[in-house]
Amino acid sequence: MNGNYRILLPVVSLAVLLAAVFYLQPRAMSYFGLNLLFNLAVPIALATIAQMMVIMVNDIDLSIGTFVSFVACVTATYLNETPLLGAAILLAAILAYAAMGALIHLRQLPAIVVTLGMSFVWGGLAVLILPSPGGAAPAWIRSLMTVKPPLVPMAVVACIIIAAVTHLLIMRSATGTILRGVGGNTQAVMRAGWSVIKLKATAYALAGFFGVLSGMCLVGLTTSADANIALRYTLLSIAGVILGGGEFIGGRVSPVGAVIGALTLALAGSFLSFIRLSPDWQIGAQGAILILVLAVRLVFSRRKSNWRQSDNG
Amino acid sequence: MNEATAGASSPKDAPLVSLSDAGMHFGAVRALDGVNLTIYPGECLGLVGHNGAGKSTAVNVINGGLTPTSGSVTYTGADGQTGAGAGMARAIGIRSIFQELSLCPNLTVEESLRIPQKDLGGFGWRRLARKRISDSLDRIFPGHRIEAGMTVGDLTLAERQMVEIAAGFAEGTIAPRLVILDEPTSSLDSAIARQLLDHVRRFCAEGGAVIFISHMLGEIFDVTTRIDVMKDGRIIASRPTKDFTQQGLIDAMGHVATETSTAAARQDDADRIGEVVLTSPEGLSARRGEIVGLAGLAGHGQAEALAKFYLSRSAGVRNTKSPQAAFVAGDRGRDGVMPLWSILRNLTLTHLPSLAKRGIVDLNAEGDLAAAWKKRIGIRTDDMTNPILSLSGGNQQKVLFARALASSAPIVVMDDPMRGVDVGTKQEAYEMIRREAASGRTFLWYSTETDEVCQCDRVFVFRNGQISAELTGSDITEENILAASFEMQEAAE
Repeated sequence: MNGNYRILLPVVSLAVLLAAVFYLQPRAMSYFGLNLLFNLAVPIALATIAQMMVIMVNDIDLSIGTFVSFVACVTATYLNETPLLGAAILLAAILAYAAMGALIHLRQLPAIVVTLGMSFVWGGLAVLILPSPGGAAPAWIRSLMTVKPPLVPMAVVACIIIAAVTHLLIMRSATGTILRGVGGNTQAVMRAGWSVIKLKATAYALAGFFGVLSGMCLVGLTTSADANIALRYTLLSIAGVILGGGEFIGGRVSPVGAVIGALTLALAGSFLSFIRLSPDWQIGAQGAILILVLAVRLVFSRRKSNWRQSDNG
Repeated sequence: MNEATAGASSPKDAPLVSLSDAGMHFGAVRALDGVNLTIYPGECLGLVGHNGAGKSTAVNVINGGLTPTSGSVTYTGADGQTGAGAGMARAIGIRSIFQELSLCPNLTVEESLRIPQKDLGGFGWRRLARKRISDSLDRIFPGHRIEAGMTVGDLTLAERQMVEIAAGFAEGTIAPRLVILDEPTSSLDSAIARQLLDHVRRFCAEGGAVIFISHMLGEIFDVTTRIDVMKDGRIIASRPTKDFTQQGLIDAMGHVATETSTAAARQDDADRIGEVVLTSPEGLSARRGEIVGLAGLAGHGQAEALAKFYLSRSAGVRNTKSPQAAFVAGDRGRDGVMPLWSILRNLTLTHLPSLAKRGIVDLNAEGDLAAAWKKRIGIRTDDMTNPILSLSGGNQQKVLFARALASSAPIVVMDDPMRGVDVGTKQEAYEMIRREAASGRTFLWYSTETDEVCQCDRVFVFRNGQISAELTGSDITEENILAASFEMQEAAE
């Protein structure tokens, strides 16, 4: 069955990487060690989920990195000083995402271009809000992110909660099903009388919502913000979705896989530090790990291309 | 028109749908030309006709997908209420099962039901969907091996078709009352098709209505109570099934078209046609100087056969200066024109290797080539550097013809090249093809229009991806092509 090994691969890659890290650094195998390893993976996981919402409807979001940076700046300034205004700004940002999705569908624009354009808008707004690094995390976010639950560290608990909630939302609920249907066969969904524009706006709004959570989370961990704090999230989130068994088109996504993919990517960085690889080489090595995992997936998948062949003549 | 006098007719024998003088125009094309059609509960209507007869348009008008440009469509609900529009069509239980699969490959079988049935939602929707689709599958296809949790993309083509049919007949908040089946058996084997026909008969006996479209005339005779024959956007015959014979039906489909005699075009074949230049594994063959037609209903493997042949002759890195085959696209937007380029660049696209000197295109030679072809085939423009989209469809097609003919390729492959081309240009193109064939070129010509196929020296009729007949000379007639396109024997023998 296709669906079963799809989730197997990200799980195995994470397990292999984790085992390697524990072998190199046995002290990481502790409450504190795990928290350190996975702490910064939580906002990445949320950003990956946001990216997944967009990939689910056959689009791609190149603005998620700057959007998370923007949210982080808002959180560290407005949300901290004037919570009501801050919340209103974040809500407006989510609505802007929904409007972007509607616009992309309505005008049949390429999402890659629109989101690339929006990434400069978010980046510019972030610089306007916080021209130099600074700000402070609202106390409640800070305390939420530093909670110490018994037995299992916060980072792990948070990842499990994120995976479970998004799995219910996307894979189990009726709304999630129809959203995946948009990615699978937009034509069929439209013909059945659904408003695809509303569905796309919903998917983008969800992306905006999880992007906001990611930014707030990030500030809770770093305690201050910077306009460029999350730029690399764009590529990390795309890689995380694909690593987690998702595909660029066809609405085939897996929220649990996406969270695991984000964890794997975060862990790959630590792993490379542990083997004392020079930072100059780390990004290249991270890319190599990514290619390796995806190559394994390609070997496993024996896809037949008979689905698209029906539109001849 | 005003038969809404309540009481006179109980909802039971009120028509589910009635089209009165419905017309549908797409630009200058008349897809439907004043169609009158009523469907009553308990009826199974067979809709037959050749390509482009308007069957699909009629179906889309009936299910509310298209609003007719003239005339009206009226739906009558179970409670006797009448109305119009796509919403009403859904509300009274009209379901369509389309020829091209409309499932989402990434969803499971049970999840697929969520798309047509909007009311599925809230807690426990999955269990309800599973029950509805499984019940329907069990009822229609007893012994099927499809589980509700399977992903649609992992199913075979036939299984997907079964799921789609089951979804169409599945229970819902709005019960199905009229189910439209467009070529439902095209990918089913005979045993499964038999189960479907049995179910259709059962469904109609219980008061449901079905519109059945198929190229298997055996099935049509087997299951329908009435047959409507369509031709050129009109219904030209509508009689109870028992009043038709198979031959009578074929005759009815073919006869109305104005018979333009094209036999005159095929003279002195013998001295023109040379040795065999190509054969394909499907059984296709062609000789030098021959115009070979590929006919049959759309989507029965003709385009694939052409593409397979063309790619086998053109793929690879060598031989770009003297190609073995050239291609004329019919779907101009998809595989024909470069929309942002000028007419000139579109025309010379495939000849750049022979126009280039040391990798640089010789602009003078390019201009000369374009000017020569502009004169030769009469592209109506005053400046070849105008954008290609400034031309009419017919003239764009001429540019594509020029692109193929200007090459030295001995074989020209044409994928329904006259799609959406006006009559005048068609005549010019026929003339051009005949002239080129006379000078020794071979043409492989797929066309959905019978009068074009009748221009050919030899015709292969395709059915279900295979060649069902090879016609030559005076055997190339509309009747013979139709007979070979439709399955004559009884369904599911």
